[in-house]
Amino acid sequence: MVKMLIGEKKGMTQIFDDSGTLVPVTVLQVGPCVVTQVKTLAKDGTDAVQIGFGEAKPGNVNKPLRGHFAKAGVTARTVLKDVVPEGDQMPQLGDELRVGSVFDGVSHVDVIGISKGRGFAGVVRRHGFSGSPATHGGRFGRHGGSIGTSATPAHVLKGKKMAGHMGAERITVRNLEVVKLDADHDLLLVKGSVPGCKGGYVLVRKALRR
Amino acid sequence: MSKQNDQPKGQDLLRMVEKPYLKDNIPPFRVGDMLDVGIRIREAGKERVQTFHGICIARKGGGIRETITVRRVVQGQGVERILPLHSPSIESIKVVRRGKVRRAKLHYLRERAGRAARVREDFRKRPEDKK
Repeated sequence: MVKMLIGEKKGMTQIFDDSGTLVPVTVLQVGPCVVTQVKTLAKDGTDAVQIGFGEAKPGNVNKPLRGHFAKAGVTARTVLKDVVPEGDQMPQLGDELRVGSVFDGVSHVDVIGISKGRGFAGVVRRHGFSGSPATHGGRFGRHGGSIGTSATPAHVLKGKKMAGHMGAERITVRNLEVVKLDADHDLLLVKGSVPGCKGGYVLVRKALRR
Repeated sequence: MSKQNDQPKGQDLLRMVEKPYLKDNIPPFRVGDMLDVGIRIREAGKERVQTFHGICIARKGGGIRETITVRRVVQGQGVERILPLHSPSIESIKVVRRGKVRRAKLHYLRERAGRAARVREDFRKRPEDKK
């Protein structure tokens, strides 16, 4: 078995729990993933299982990859990822991994995704600076203000918060509660939000620190 | 993999996820109707049902997020409760009297008191009566 599967963010909704509280949930399509390669320490320098997710049009896959999928005896996939195997039951080439078996009985998961890109963002949006008041004599707008002192140290300190590119980076959200597992539809409902847009790929793993 | 393609897409998928949590026994009612709403209340470990009697002045939202606003006047003081329609803590909803109104939201009732805050009874047949 493996600890991690590839999935897709489907969107958010709310459901009622047993006590009648509305719980915000993110719906994730997790798997089915298929084993495309089994790597061994002796041959590949690492013990890992490469899994694939998402249906790819054969025409969109280049020849080397097409051969790679043919070797595993599976149809073409859009995302590939190396994951660490767990337990004594090693997955075999071509095996299908489903949420139902991998995340059965798991109470919390970590979700890794690519956050929504915000482009070149100013300091107010990017770092939560407050900007200047619109009235009462405020006069620097949404600028960051001073970036340092003059003669000492005579340079801008490293890591100074300034405007720049924001978002579109890999974000891990830890210990999200699994609200529901729908094995029939390969869906996982986790409490709270998950980085990225709808249709974005996410990695879902059993929570590391729990 | 074929299974994944058969599955509803986009909002339809989210609707499918919500569906098991929706109630199918909500009686047809409209804004302006007098309702008896049974609300489950947990008190000192015991659960009991309290009835909230009042006029439905708004129906808001759709699907699992649908809520109703029920208003009543207690000792001259207006009391409104916003209740999630599909919540398990809403035990029952009973239509006591139908009201004839020309608004979707009856917020104007808040400015009125006593006889002015009445809503005429609706004796007409509604499309949902045919079954």
